[in-house]
Amino acid sequence: MATPGTTQEEFTLDTAAELAAEEGGSKIEGKSPWELAGRRLRRNYTALVSLGIFLLMCLVCALAPLYTSHVSHLGPTFANAGGVIHENGQTIHVISQGGSSFSKNGQVHLTAAGIPIGPQWGASGGPYFFGADQLGRDVGTRLLYGGRNSLLIGITASVITTVFAILLALLAAYFGGATDWIISRFFDLIWAFPVILLGIALGTSLSINGFHHGPINIPAGSLLIPIAVIAFVFIPYIGRPLRGQVLALRNREFVEASTAQGAGPLRIMFTELLPNIASSVLVLFTLIVANAILTEVALSFLGAGVQPPKPSWGTMIADGENNLATDPWLAILPGIMITITVISLNVFGDGLRDALDPRAKVRMEH
Amino acid sequence: MVSFLIRRIFGMILVLLAVSFITYLIFFKIPGGDPAQRIAGRTATPANIISIRDKLGLNHNVFVQWWDMMKALLNGTLVSYYDGTNVVQQIKQGIPATFSLCIGAAIIWLGFGILVGVISAVKAGQASDKVITVLALVGISLPVAWLGLMFRYLFCGENPNGLAWFPDGGYVPLTQNPWQWFYHLLLPWFTLAILFIGFYGRVLRSNILDTINEDFVRTAKAKGLSSRRILIKHTLRASLIPIVTLFGLDFAAVLGGGAIITEVVYNIQGVGYYAAQSIHSQDLPPLMGVTLYGAAFIVVFSTLVDVAYAYLDPRIRLT
Repeated sequence: MATPGTTQEEFTLDTAAELAAEEGGSKIEGKSPWELAGRRLRRNYTALVSLGIFLLMCLVCALAPLYTSHVSHLGPTFANAGGVIHENGQTIHVISQGGSSFSKNGQVHLTAAGIPIGPQWGASGGPYFFGADQLGRDVGTRLLYGGRNSLLIGITASVITTVFAILLALLAAYFGGATDWIISRFFDLIWAFPVILLGIALGTSLSINGFHHGPINIPAGSLLIPIAVIAFVFIPYIGRPLRGQVLALRNREFVEASTAQGAGPLRIMFTELLPNIASSVLVLFTLIVANAILTEVALSFLGAGVQPPKPSWGTMIADGENNLATDPWLAILPGIMITITVISLNVFGDGLRDALDPRAKVRMEH
Repeated sequence: MVSFLIRRIFGMILVLLAVSFITYLIFFKIPGGDPAQRIAGRTATPANIISIRDKLGLNHNVFVQWWDMMKALLNGTLVSYYDGTNVVQQIKQGIPATFSLCIGAAIIWLGFGILVGVISAVKAGQASDKVITVLALVGISLPVAWLGLMFRYLFCGENPNGLAWFPDGGYVPLTQNPWQWFYHLLLPWFTLAILFIGFYGRVLRSNILDTINEDFVRTAKAKGLSSRRILIKHTLRASLIPIVTLFGLDFAAVLGGGAIITEVVYNIQGVGYYAAQSIHSQDLPPLMGVTLYGAAFIVVFSTLVDVAYAYLDPRIRLT
């Protein structure tokens, strides 16, 4: 069967001469491929800065509790709709009360009710730095806690999906035959679902009452549900390209040599084959994290991901949609955070690919 | 060729049956617990639960349950649990809007994607290449929901002090008023297309840069052909083949519900919008219908892509 699209390119180790030509004359003797890749990556400042931005974003979101305790003094789910703040001696309602008043010349002034307070930019001494949402919750606090949830989901789901995809790809390509057939059909089947619809179907059904099988009981609002859903959906998108690569390596001499020395299947899979696909795994992992974060946002926006009142960047954008005219910050800010995070991951992933194997064509079908 | 098609069609039917069975399991078996109770909600009485169990046939074997639902879907008699509307009819009603959105967006993303890819490959390493590369990266990194909301805020009058160049969402059928149809869809088209423009531009750029080093391009150069002719007739033609695969599958995915977020943000009542509404009422039959509808597009288009691939690239034979 013709299967275009499944790239089965040979993943060659560079010969010394090729590498030397690319390094522009600098010494490569005695350096492992990883050291050379590290050196190439260190010279790519754009990629390094992107990695820095991503790590900084993770750090800032991880420190969300400090923001609550030292700056905003408001928890991420603390609804404060009837509350007031004091600013320059004035009392301001967090959600506008509305009403009418007459000015001296007899004109009527109407103020609308139910409009959340806008960004205070620190004038209030901490609370509502970025304004409030429709329930009077602090947008800044939710932005950080939401980021924590979104990043946690994106990274954890990517780790899980990568581990499963590696195992399945190794099993399928090493054993071949019926094992390969079953695993490949499993990939094909998941792949036949539109990503977002499979995510929605799983997310919706699990968010009604959670997941209950034997000893495993996951409540409906748990973050484990979006993590599991996203991890499951992406398995074939890593598993397929990796299977192709392992398949190409499977009949190479070094595997044969290892077999001749009496190595068993596990040893060959994990000490011979896995190190040879490690660089592709790294690149794919970076790109999958970016995609998983975007998928979390999409699912949560539609109501099939993180469940309210838990914040996430996706649920915040959904809240922002309903308050776009009166409270645009609510939608603008999480979008900026997501875009910065995902761009930094994509740029770093590109740099990583260039550094690890300048001629490799590892690419994620999306 | 004929035996290839027969086998693929047989395979497609099997895949669709498996997809529908998995979708059924997702709603009735994977969460665990009693599905009747889940559908009835928290405040259901025992009598209520029993009547739901009877009505949905949940006492039967899981294969019987699934096959009953499939029969209803194929007969066009499957109805929503939530409001009793006919699922197949609702999907049919959504198709014109979804197709209008997706076909327009596909033309834009293919056109701009090729333009962007060619320009950045021809100017590889120069400033314009770098600018395009950065823009393409931004394009693939934007969350679609947010992009749509920002467009609405900036250009559709959502901002009380802002511009109101475009209508704020909605869909007008082409048969009713072609100009309004176009006017309403212009922003949604670009919202949906931007992600793909960036992605296709990047893929095409690297394909062209690879193809330039191929022997047949060198031969064309040696024959003394003009560089424009080499680019269009030789390099671009070979570089576009992988794009065909990509395009076929992406187009199938957006037609099959992948445009759901754009439809929701712009209030375009297509197939994706229908699925999104069913999320909030946690209504299985519409989600089942839409998932199968989407999977059918993916499966059919992946076969078409294989056929097109063999036609475009003489090195590939369908067996």
